[in-house]
Amino acid sequence: MSAALLQVENLSKRFGGFMALDAINLEVESGARLGLIGPNGSGKSTLVNCLCGTLRNDTGRVRFEGAVMDGLAAHQRTRLGMARSFQLPRPFGSLTVAENLRIPLLYTVNIRRGHHVPRAEIEAREAELLGLVGLAGKAHQRPRDLSQVEMRKLELARAMAAEPKLLIADEAMAGLSHAEVDDILALLRRLNEAGITIILIEHIMRAVMSFSDRLVVLVAGRKIADGRPDDVVRNPEVEKAYLGE
Amino acid sequence: MRSGTFFFAALAVAGLAFESLRLLENEYLFFAGYVVLQYVVLATAWNILGGYTGYVNFGTAAFFALGAYTSVALGKLVALPIPALMLAGGVISGVVGLGMGYLTLRLRGVFFAIATLALAVVVQTLITNWDFVGGSRGAYTVRPAVVPLLGSYVQYLFLVMLALAVIAIAIAHAVEGSRLGYGFATIRDDEAAAEASGVPTLRLKLVATTLSGALMGMAGAPLPYYVTYLDPASGFNLAYAVNSIAMPLIGGMTSWVGPLIGALLLGSVQQVATVSNWFGGHPEVNLLIVGVLLILFVIAAPNGIVGLIGAEARRSGRR
Repeated sequence: MSAALLQVENLSKRFGGFMALDAINLEVESGARLGLIGPNGSGKSTLVNCLCGTLRNDTGRVRFEGAVMDGLAAHQRTRLGMARSFQLPRPFGSLTVAENLRIPLLYTVNIRRGHHVPRAEIEAREAELLGLVGLAGKAHQRPRDLSQVEMRKLELARAMAAEPKLLIADEAMAGLSHAEVDDILALLRRLNEAGITIILIEHIMRAVMSFSDRLVVLVAGRKIADGRPDDVVRNPEVEKAYLGE
Repeated sequence: MRSGTFFFAALAVAGLAFESLRLLENEYLFFAGYVVLQYVVLATAWNILGGYTGYVNFGTAAFFALGAYTSVALGKLVALPIPALMLAGGVISGVVGLGMGYLTLRLRGVFFAIATLALAVVVQTLITNWDFVGGSRGAYTVRPAVVPLLGSYVQYLFLVMLALAVIAIAIAHAVEGSRLGYGFATIRDDEAAAEASGVPTLRLKLVATTLSGALMGMAGAPLPYYVTYLDPASGFNLAYAVNSIAMPLIGGMTSWVGPLIGALLLGSVQQVATVSNWFGGHPEVNLLIVGVLLILFVIAAPNGIVGLIGAEARRSGRR
């Protein structure tokens, strides 16, 4: 049996007396489109932070491509092929939009290839990524001149620039219009078809349902459902969490 | 500009400045110029950490004085030329800088700044109680009256500091346009996002603190030979910390030009104020000048002189 791309075993995270994540088990196959949903405060972003090394999990183990990730810093995990976008966009404010994308090229793609990516190729790649997310005309602007929507696109483009095997999109679509959500979904689908495994954390159910081939539900730090999207949303426990008794 | 070209251009400018000063045949200009150059190095070094990565260091005096006291200590054991003492001072202060870098693991922003201030107090206390380098009584350094080729020892010290200033500025310039410079900028902007993009933030911060500390130590190494009497109160003077923050702030923190402009400007004004009768001959007015300028710039031009010029250039470009 080929091991899953991402394996999470018994992962827990506690903030003082608050159990943010309680013994999470999760396996993500290579090439999957996984939707991760849950009410506010259910631990979705904490899980992402533990997966990516931004936070240290208290117990449990994260494996990526079979290798144990615990103890590795966030930048090492990024270099191994995990990339994430932040829920609230966190652009590099003093750099231009194009330079924001240059950082993963200089610090992740460079290292992974073991040699310097030539300047011409870096610039071509920046232009390509900006074109993909529809920011081509904004390359030389500062992030502060972008709208919220454009900043979300930049956030996603920067994660893509790291050429990940696994892309974790943390609420990449919040605040976007109907058409823009469709644009981002189409983009994520194209990435997935190119072989990138995607974990989509989202509140917009329409987006999650149309994108995911598997749905995981977190409630109060525990995984309460995991399976085909249509089955999961009919799960009584999920209905209770979302709609109340 | 490529780093090599830049270095030789800076060297040429420095050489020209030195020869022009010699034509004036005024020994005092070298005496005062040394202090200004020393601040060019300190401001540039401070800016590598404070301006590029955004970590504010209040402990400049500690790194500077460590360099000076390394010279005092070594001078008691062996006779070494000033450049060798500078290397030694650079190593000692660089190692302490590396230690300070590990503080960034847990401390950010204002907490880091306070820790650096505490570090300065700790180092000063240690030196004050170390008898070998004179303790609180201070240490005398005997310097040769003349040096070969140049003749004047003060001119020699000036030249050495000028060379260090060129090196410091060349390093700052090289960092700016490089991969390292981009990495520093991401640390200043958002460390978590930097990590997520593959930037090894801790390693880069250690590079910045070590480099910055080492350059400060190198700037301090010739001090005993300049003042000939060094005591902890003057070596660890608060003015070093205040000036090395004020100069980049006034000049502009985003590029190597800022600390250079700030140090030349503020350093020269201070030197003139020390000897002139502008303020009824009160040299203490020095710090007042710095304070007033600092307040003005923080309010009116937070990006310094470089920022003001840049904004003006953009305005006229749009017209």
